[in-house]
Amino acid sequence: MIDPIAVFILLLGAATPILFAALGELVTERAGVLNLGVEGMMIGGALAGFAAAHATGSPALGFAAAAIAGVVLSMIFAALTQFLLSNQVATGLALTLFGLGLTAMFGKPYEGVKAPTMMAGPLGLNPMIWLGLLMVPAVWWGLNRSRPGLILRAVGENHDAAHALGYPVRAVRIAAIAFGGAMAGMGGAYISIATVLQWTEGMTAGAGWIALAIVVFAQWNPWGVLAGAWLFGGVTVLQLRLQAAGVAVPVQLLTMAPYLATIIVLVLISARQKYGRSGGGSAPGSLGKPFHALR
Amino acid sequence: MFRLEPRASAPLAWQLATPVLAVLATMITGGILFAALGFDPVASIRTIFWDPLFGPAASYSRPQLLVKAGPLILIASGLALGFRAGIWNIGAEGQYIIGAICGAAVALAAYPTEAFWIFPAMILAGALGGCAWGMIPAMLRNWFGASEILVSLMLVYVAQKVAAWMAFGPMKNPEGFNFPGSRNLQQYPAASNPEIIANTGLHWGVIAAGIALVVTWFVMSRHVLGFHIRTAGAAPRAARFAGVRPQRLVALCLGVSGALAGVAGLFEVAGPAGQITESFGSGYGFTAIIVAFLGRLHPLGILFAGLLMALTYIGGELAQMMLQLPAATVQVFQGMLLFFLLGFDILTRYRIRRRA
Repeated sequence: MIDPIAVFILLLGAATPILFAALGELVTERAGVLNLGVEGMMIGGALAGFAAAHATGSPALGFAAAAIAGVVLSMIFAALTQFLLSNQVATGLALTLFGLGLTAMFGKPYEGVKAPTMMAGPLGLNPMIWLGLLMVPAVWWGLNRSRPGLILRAVGENHDAAHALGYPVRAVRIAAIAFGGAMAGMGGAYISIATVLQWTEGMTAGAGWIALAIVVFAQWNPWGVLAGAWLFGGVTVLQLRLQAAGVAVPVQLLTMAPYLATIIVLVLISARQKYGRSGGGSAPGSLGKPFHALR
Repeated sequence: MFRLEPRASAPLAWQLATPVLAVLATMITGGILFAALGFDPVASIRTIFWDPLFGPAASYSRPQLLVKAGPLILIASGLALGFRAGIWNIGAEGQYIIGAICGAAVALAAYPTEAFWIFPAMILAGALGGCAWGMIPAMLRNWFGASEILVSLMLVYVAQKVAAWMAFGPMKNPEGFNFPGSRNLQQYPAASNPEIIANTGLHWGVIAAGIALVVTWFVMSRHVLGFHIRTAGAAPRAARFAGVRPQRLVALCLGVSGALAGVAGLFEVAGPAGQITESFGSGYGFTAIIVAFLGRLHPLGILFAGLLMALTYIGGELAQMMLQLPAATVQVFQGMLLFFLLGFDILTRYRIRRRA
């Protein structure tokens, strides 16, 4: 029989990369910036984290390196969208393509190398799972109860008004993009250091895009992100369990499940918003719009 | 310091100059990257951008130019329509794969019949398959307001799984000694898409790409539909007053770009690739996005951009062979190119003035 606690632990692990990346993107989007480069920053973090963990033998240093790699990649996006006012959709896409290419180039020596043992934590859950879970109330509190969070939301809802009030729109947005980069980097590193335990090219396999969808699903609320990440984790674990149980469905069709589930939840939540029966939040007012102060 | 002053309209000179600047900046940055990796930067850049056309082995690599540029141009010319209207189909890779599978399905069902109708039927199936796959995000956006960006991208992963399933399951070659992969269509004359003129790389897909360029040029610059697309992209609210129906535009742009990507996939599976395998999708659908932007969403620009991207593919392979450069070099180049392109674009939209 399937032990529900064991399944829940697996679910927590499967949800963690998405939880990190989606919480980071949530903060970025609440500041009014749509960064479609999550996948690129995740894969960058996956490689940098794996390489650092392998070199030092310390997974903790690996996650730190992954966060730095995520920030560095996100700063390319920040420079282009905040200073050169480029289109955010296209720039994010470029970041994803660039990240995938760069890691394929520098990742070759790490293929077939094993990751160091992940550090243990309370209740048999590793510290990164705990950190991810703690980040949910932390992000919620930061956005809704702290002054910097209030400014960040103001910048995201209406950048012209925030600018008129004297808030540094560009600086706030760059900070939010950096936070998103660090979180995506750590989420990516969780895949290589704690889940797969090795480096393979393109190993994030769309996790960054799923994280983007989960932000929409969560209606820009951190608790919703947790629900979305667990839902995704549940589908992943279920799919793996069905594979292991030898269900008479081809493996390739079972592995579609997370992507199809993402489309379905995206459609359900969009429909709820469109037909106006939701009490939840909607997209930040200035999301995806470039800000150019004329005065 | 400097300040930016918005321009009322983008000057033609800058519109033409920025892609060239972006390519030059990519070459310079690429050279620095190669030097950092311990390769001779000049030799590396020459091997990628010059040798495929004029180097010692050019007679072999030159035909490859059309083989690689064909699908890129075909897909990009469709994507450009949507991008102009602010409709983001970034799942062309999935539509490309599904088009190939649908086209190959017709061929494999007809095997081993030799008849004139088989190839046209395959083209039709490829177009319909790609179109249907593109219509999924279109309909989900129109009916439920779901983001076409995320849905079309998710469907790329689904399409890749479908290709893997086909290669291991329903389409596996019964005479293939149990190896995954379909029958090779190159060995099935009625369904194959061979070189039309030997050693030119010219196949039906290249001809289709040419037709697509001419038709999209006509639509964009001479037809009311092009006016609608451009207005919807530039000023969505004004477009509604001009009688544009946004939902129809979404369906049209995603449907047409899906069909073109599907046809590109069909020509690839019937020609250069030959068979459906697990890794059939080779990234053309994503590179075509860069081609569309590099070509400034204009058919003539897409022609040049497609040829240039094809050149980097061939040059990248050559550099891998001759200089042992990493295989992913081309991907890095493509990503950098798009960055520079988006960055330099500020010159077309703003004047840079010294702050008084």
